[in-house]
Amino acid sequence: MTNPSIETVSLTKSFGSFTALDKLDLKIEGGKCVGFLGPNGAGKTTTLKLLSDMIFPTSGECYINGTSVQRERKRALGETGVLIESPELYASQTPNAALDLVCGLRGIPKAERTARIAEVLSEVKMEKWADQKFGRFSKGMKQRINIAVALVHDPDVIILDEPATGLDPRGMAEVREVVRGLKKRNRLVFMSSHILQEVTDVCDEVALIDKGKLLVYDTLANVTNRFSDGNLTVDVGFLEAPNPVVTQIIGAMEGVTSSTLIDPKRVRVRFKGGSPAQHRLLGEIVAQDLGAMSFSEPVGALEEVYLKEISKGD
Amino acid sequence: MASAEVNLGRVVKAPARARRWAAPSSFSQVFLLMRHQLKEYLTSRRLVVLLGIVAVMGVIISAIVAIYRPSYLSDSLSFYYQTWSVGINTVVVATAVILGGDAIAGEFQNKTGYFLMGQPLRRATIYAGKYLAAFVSSLGILAFFFLIFLGNGVAYFGVGALPWQYGASLLLAIVYLAAVLGTTFLFSSLFKTSAYGFVITAVLFLVGFSILQLAVVDLWNTEPWYVISYTDGVIGNVLLPNIPWGFSGEITKTISRFGPTTGNATVTYTPGIGEGVVVMLAYFLVTTIVGLILFEREEFS
Repeated sequence: MTNPSIETVSLTKSFGSFTALDKLDLKIEGGKCVGFLGPNGAGKTTTLKLLSDMIFPTSGECYINGTSVQRERKRALGETGVLIESPELYASQTPNAALDLVCGLRGIPKAERTARIAEVLSEVKMEKWADQKFGRFSKGMKQRINIAVALVHDPDVIILDEPATGLDPRGMAEVREVVRGLKKRNRLVFMSSHILQEVTDVCDEVALIDKGKLLVYDTLANVTNRFSDGNLTVDVGFLEAPNPVVTQIIGAMEGVTSSTLIDPKRVRVRFKGGSPAQHRLLGEIVAQDLGAMSFSEPVGALEEVYLKEISKGD
Repeated sequence: MASAEVNLGRVVKAPARARRWAAPSSFSQVFLLMRHQLKEYLTSRRLVVLLGIVAVMGVIISAIVAIYRPSYLSDSLSFYYQTWSVGINTVVVATAVILGGDAIAGEFQNKTGYFLMGQPLRRATIYAGKYLAAFVSSLGILAFFFLIFLGNGVAYFGVGALPWQYGASLLLAIVYLAAVLGTTFLFSSLFKTSAYGFVITAVLFLVGFSILQLAVVDLWNTEPWYVISYTDGVIGNVLLPNIPWGFSGEITKTISRFGPTTGNATVTYTPGIGEGVVVMLAYFLVTTIVGLILFEREEFS
């Protein structure tokens, strides 16, 4: 078995005269999370539906772990967990019944099912609702179960279409935790989202699509770097409001081009030198014990790239 | 920039992971889906409501017979012909429409299809599983209706007077059920709205085919052998004294022909048992194949 992978080859989908997806060539491989970004109608859900054989390509083909989705649906989806369009569940059923069906369809032996279902329900914090009927569930609760359905067979590849839909902030944070856990277990997560914070928090790479065409596919750092004149940006969070000297100390570190206090407890740092410089900078900030408590790529940088790229096509 | 394969630094090259589980055969999956759908019929109380309707029908017919003691109580064949065969076609159509009308369309309309479509299944597996669930449930309803009149028959004529033709009539009703369900599933596949599946199939079987049958007889002056509302007559005809076994017979469903070209003459056509079975099976096969093809091509867009 190889690394988990998703590949689309010249994938095109037209609805009448409208081309929703135009010769998409994309290859994603390895245990990581890839954010799939684009405005409404860009072709994100179309791509994900083609990857899960819910719609058929006008031309081209897609592969999961090297298996053609169009020619060998059963095999390709056997190693894939899919959550698309927030499916509705039969109102009279319970999470246990739905997951038991999925386990059966995926060949999980009965002896292992109970434990596996309990595990995945616990992962999405729905264990207390295991025997309640879906008819009583809120949208967010149904979405948690949908995520459990996508994960119950411990797939290599997970395709998620707006997984945070309907979830409250706590639910969104829990989804991010689930995705982080999947990455640690070398699973490939391909996730469409409108929430740039979510993408920045959990994704290693981003693919940006607009009007059916792929605009960018690269690591999050490279993407933001590419559109910031060679500068990378990170936000450093502090436990207490930092002394102005702290901003100067960071500003004097190697590669740093600017250091600005953007709110009482956060300093935005721009620097050159790519990921190695970022690694070094983090080390220095920690070593100097400046009171820093977080170090993150800001949403703003990705948002900037997103808006720049999307506006190019207008 | 149309970026294709990008050399990404963070790709994790992990050791191969052996597959823990593999999806079972499509055959097994069909039965899993069938069982799941059967549970859904039970928990949604659809089956219970249907049983209630059939029970009410059975009780009403039984009460009428018990109170008025009609002349056909003189022999068991006439009894079953006048009671069971009068209601069974309606029971089959109602059951098929209620259980199958939204079987496929509902998956699109209610978005429940996205749940199944993400699983490693062939589309034909979903179709077959749902068809079998509707078929098995309908068999239960038919059996219940059958037992009501069997009980009546035993009460009036005793166990010894139970005619084998009653069993044959049940078998023919089952073939008819397969055809009606096939057609119901076809219309359910054709539309993404459940109501269309329900209404079109009900109208077609309760009114449409009968009108077509009349039109064929009156306008073309030929036997409407290809119209299912004509051939379903075999369910009752097998209970008549002279059974038309082959592809045509003498004892029949009588169809009055009227209109300017034909005058008031009465034409009698008889669906033979063989003819009825072949036509009903043909309906089942054709509608199932077409329905499957439609579902295979339907997009969850």
